[in-house]
Amino acid sequence: MTAGTNGGTQVRVLRVLRVVVIVALVAATVLPFAYMVSLSFVRIDDLLRDPLRILPDLDRLTTETYRQVIASEEAGGWGFGRFMRNSAVVAASASALTILFVVPAAYALTRLRFAGRRQVSAVFLAVYLFPTIIIAVPVFVGFQVLGLGSSLVGLVIAYIALTVPVSLHMLRNHMSAIPESIDEAAVIDGASRLQVMTRITVPLAMPTIVSTALYSFMIAWNEFLFALLFLSAHQELWTVSLGLTRLADGQEVSKTVLMAGSVLLTIPIVLLFTVAERWLTEGLTAGSDKG
Amino acid sequence: MTTTTLRRRENREGITLISPAVIVVASIIVLPIIWTVVLSFQEARYVDVARNGLFNTATLDNYIDTFTSPGFWRALQTTVVYSVATTVGSLVIGLVAALAFRERFRFRAPLRGAMLLPYVAPVVATTFVWQVALNPQFGVVNAVGTELLGWDRPINFLTAAPTALMTVIVFDTWRHFPFAFLFLSAALTGLSRDIEEAAVVDGASPVQKFRYVVLPQLMPTVALVALFRTVMAFNEFEGIFLLTGGAAGTQVASVRVYDQLTGSSDIGSASANAMVLAVILGIGLMLYLRVMARRAES
Repeated sequence: MTAGTNGGTQVRVLRVLRVVVIVALVAATVLPFAYMVSLSFVRIDDLLRDPLRILPDLDRLTTETYRQVIASEEAGGWGFGRFMRNSAVVAASASALTILFVVPAAYALTRLRFAGRRQVSAVFLAVYLFPTIIIAVPVFVGFQVLGLGSSLVGLVIAYIALTVPVSLHMLRNHMSAIPESIDEAAVIDGASRLQVMTRITVPLAMPTIVSTALYSFMIAWNEFLFALLFLSAHQELWTVSLGLTRLADGQEVSKTVLMAGSVLLTIPIVLLFTVAERWLTEGLTAGSDKG
Repeated sequence: MTTTTLRRRENREGITLISPAVIVVASIIVLPIIWTVVLSFQEARYVDVARNGLFNTATLDNYIDTFTSPGFWRALQTTVVYSVATTVGSLVIGLVAALAFRERFRFRAPLRGAMLLPYVAPVVATTFVWQVALNPQFGVVNAVGTELLGWDRPINFLTAAPTALMTVIVFDTWRHFPFAFLFLSAALTGLSRDIEEAAVVDGASPVQKFRYVVLPQLMPTVALVALFRTVMAFNEFEGIFLLTGGAAGTQVASVRVYDQLTGSSDIGSASANAMVLAVILGIGLMLYLRVMARRAES
């Protein structure tokens, strides 16, 4: 009896608590982004005069911040247009190439018995024990020797290596769920290994391939450390992440202009995520029970 | 006869298909790690590496220096505090969030999506917003504090000693609780409702139901996320580097290695430093996995 009344009170308390928790969490995650968007339309002198005024007066709204941050240096801006193009090229190439590397690898790991199969998975997971900085410096030195040190090509190669292990993990978990009996039927019909892979497995795994591609695009677009080491000295090659930090280190660019830059840096990822959220979350957590 | 040829063919095909991925990871990740191991045993600065490559005077000095340097122990301590705090923080908040979002409600889907923003958004953008929001002169947090909450003066969230470490911990918890939320939500969806309903029929209160029915079933996922988060936090660089640059008591291990590489250009000691940390992390993980395996058996 007492347990029952206790239960009743708990149910009521928890119902209220749940609403409080949801409101608090949504506020904590969304408000910083709202602050970012709002400040990107504020004039810097308004911000300095009254930091509490988060929403600008409508008649004081400005889009000058965006014009300034996007326009090229020759046009008196800060060149974010070009930074965004660099980032887009780097992230798109890295993610496309990652898929080219990872699809055959995942196919082999889930379908074929070959020497070293177990070791490959173990090594790919072990690389995450080491901080990226340890990898970044030797790669930078090695690429300098090869003449790739200060180029977008070098950055793309580095990003492929960064995203291959996690992408392989995502894709493998999904491919192992596609029944092998389909492959065997095709092999009996005389199809070659390559035909089976490209005509049967790839179409069946397409949703996961897309989500893996989007995930590696996201990693490459957001990456900062490699870009810092490789491209610091070459402003014309900066990615958006790098450009934003470099300009924020100096004093000459106002914070609200940089807020506009942050919005531009964030928008592609948010768009991508809105389109593909379900795929991405499923891809990330897939097979987490299997480890 | 034919089975052996088939086996052999399968072996060859497997190796062919996997080798591009293996080659790229081996040359860009594994080779640099080996490079680091080798250099950690050498007397090597940038000039030496440029002149002699990987053939410098062999020495154990780098390791001796690492173990006798107070900076190393301080950074290790900071790293451990930081890792434990953000792992626990992001797990607890992620679990609370997953439970709150478990039952359907209006706008659940878009709000769930919004909750993932801190994790997917570029770290350069989120650290920049936090820096501006926490700025003592024009940040909104200090403005609210001094003008509405009656603080005596603005707080130096990112530049003064104990607060800075707390701030980077809060930031990382904020950034990574969606990661825990994602995994724990997926695990919650997979739970069968029958046992819970039976427990409710038997008179279990919601707290008892959570404590004795839901939580035990979630434990494998909690353990897995704790493992992921610990490794991520132990090696975390970008968030701290961008927020404080490692100043004001926030120099964690990977920021220290970065400072050694760029500041003193002493590759040898930086490598030794990184090796010791990787070994510590590896040993910690092995102990953790062993404890978990024993728990799973009993």
